Amino acid sequence: MSKPNLEIKIGSMTMKNPVTVASGTFGYGPEYADLVDLNRLGAITVKGICPEEHVGNQTPRTFETRGGMLNAIGLPGPGAKGFIQKYIPFLNQFNTPVIVNIWGKVMEDYGRIVDLLDAEEGIDAYEINLSCPNVKEGGSAFGTDVSTFSKVIELVRAKTEKPIIPKLAPNVPNIGSFAKAAENAGADAIAIMNTMPAMAINIDTLEPELANKFGGLSGPPIKPIAIKLVFDAAQNCSIPIIGMGGIFEPEDAIEFLIAGATAVAVGTANFVDPTTVDRVISGIEHYLTAKGHASVYDIVGTVKV
Amino acid sequence: MKHELTNVIEHDNFQGEYRILRLAAPVTGPQVKPGQFLGLQVPNLGERILRRPFSIYQADASGVAVLYKAVGRGTEAMANIQVGDTVNIIGPLGNGYPEPDASKTPVLVAGGYGNAALYILAQRMKKKGIAFFGGRSAIDILLVKEFEELGWDVRPTTDDGSLGTQGLVTDAFDPWAKKQDFQSLEVFCCGPNPMLKAIGDRAIAHDFTAWLSIDRHMACGVGACLTCVIKRKTDTPKDWEWSRCCKDGPIYESREVLWDE
Ligand SMILES: Cc1cc2nc3c(=O)[nH]c(=O)nc-3n(C[C@H](O)[C@H](O)[C@H](O)COP(=O)(O)OP(=O)(O)OC[C@H]3O[C@@H](n4cnc5c(N)ncnc54)[C@H](O)[C@@H]3O)c2cc1C
Ligand SMILES: Cc1cc2nc3c(=O)[nH]c(=O)nc-3n(C[C@H](O)[C@H](O)[C@H](O)COP(=O)(O)O)c2cc1C
Ligand code: FES
Repeated sequence: MSKPNLEIKIGSMTMKNPVTVASGTFGYGPEYADLVDLNRLGAITVKGICPEEHVGNQTPRTFETRGGMLNAIGLPGPGAKGFIQKYIPFLNQFNTPVIVNIWGKVMEDYGRIVDLLDAEEGIDAYEINLSCPNVKEGGSAFGTDVSTFSKVIELVRAKTEKPIIPKLAPNVPNIGSFAKAAENAGADAIAIMNTMPAMAINIDTLEPELANKFGGLSGPPIKPIAIKLVFDAAQNCSIPIIGMGGIFEPEDAIEFLIAGATAVAVGTANFVDPTTVDRVISGIEHYLTAKGHASVYDIVGTVKV
Repeated sequence: MKHELTNVIEHDNFQGEYRILRLAAPVTGPQVKPGQFLGLQVPNLGERILRRPFSIYQADASGVAVLYKAVGRGTEAMANIQVGDTVNIIGPLGNGYPEPDASKTPVLVAGGYGNAALYILAQRMKKKGIAFFGGRSAIDILLVKEFEELGWDVRPTTDDGSLGTQGLVTDAFDPWAKKQDFQSLEVFCCGPNPMLKAIGDRAIAHDFTAWLSIDRHMACGVGACLTCVIKRKTDTPKDWEWSRCCKDGPIYESREVLWDE
């Protein structure tokens, strides 16, 4: 039996398989390079970058919950210049596309960051973070109102020819309208989902467990939410969807594909088991083979409803 | 740093509430530098998912051992680990202690699992010095005999006076250190953060070198998530930057650390 074709496309970007990592859970690449073969990934998605260096939130920044975790890291990062100097040469050693997650404090930042990065060789696509629950400015402020959301995408679209992938929050009123709006504004794909706004309280001190008070829930507890959002979005747009939220096993990723995602991202699972991405890629391949499919596309959106 | 599936070759009560877990880890074992740690995935901890960091107490070509105490869900669940089970580790993690300065008198200061963490360092140091170990009671002071056998002068302190001097580690360290030329000392410290800060404050006041192993909550252990950050002093106008304890630490020189009050 011939091997199934794992290749997929996000706009003009070709991924050798449909598996990437979720922004913020894989650093900028070097952190996991000892543990994961970076050439094996469909794409590397790096942690969020804004135009200038950003320090992020106070500690404690994460808290472990039943089956998952809360984080309020607050998007610390080296800024465009730091990213280019410190990480682009490293990332260019691998024949794996690089998706840079970008964010801004004010709307203009989304244009500025692309201006600063776009000439760099080795950046293959932008994931536009419109959904971080952990920074007051930026993040979800742009992702919860459909007209602001569209404006940011149009702004970025005007600046680059590279694929752009807005990343959505789970707590929007109607994900279908955001998916459609993204498509109309010129997005090449959409990423679903960012973490779910959440909170944990210490019953002895009566204080929130996170310095930021609130955080974003990730890991297995959010997977069913993400599956529904991917399904809903897929009914309303025809651009590819990168699905994520609680993928720990190959079966989780396959479920996302069947719900309507064309690619998937592994997030929190990297912390728990860095071999997850590798297992997910193999697992998808085995599943396609076992079911007699020739390509990933054969199962995308095949849910029977 | 590698990911390794290891076999449990020993899991026993060690002393007091401490247990020893010894793993056959032929890949990780030979790479270990003193002060490094493991990210250990507790088996069958279904509902709590993250790895737990443990200092490496012993390491050689065959494997690694950790000495740990049950303080919460993860470490309590570790009680169920049986000889012959498989345990998934990543390691060795962190920077480890630097090569000791041969011209100085090595001083160890530790509490709790800190004694275990300093054991490989003590074993591998050519020059032996003095070790101040603190704990609540005699049962909390680990490995006194083992350090003495290596040739260290061990000075325990306990809150209740059941072993050594009564009081805190600093109650034994201070009078001894006053009689020394401070600048001839190189201190290696591992223990609870208040102990680290107390030693760090003295190092800054008297201008001696003290290496502190900072204890932080961790999620990834490899520098990717930015959970474990501490404030590290810089020469820039901003005065400090976040430093990842798991990757850039856990060992910092006392002058680098900006303690949050
Ligand atoms: C570099 C490093 C090396 C370590 N080496 C050892 C070792 O050799 N032996 C050993 O017994 N322990 C060691 N620890 C501590 C050990 O990692 C924690 O005790 C363990 O993570 C607790 O997990 P748990 O699920 O049992 O506790 P949880 O249920 O997560 O927590 C129980 C209690 O401990 C507190 N706590 C948990 N983790 C930490 C932490 N890292 N710092 C401060 N407070 C914490 C929690 O706030 C809570 O009050 C080390 C920690 C670090 C960072
Ligand atoms: C520690 C941590 C940091 C994150 N940082 C970012 C970030 O910088 N940008 C972003 O768009 N999403 C960030 N996320 C969200 C993830 O990319 C992902 O959308 C989310 O965690 C859901 O996937 P998971 O359940 O597989 O982790 C972060 C998540 C975690 C856990
Ligand atoms: S624990 Fe993730 S960066 Fe240190």
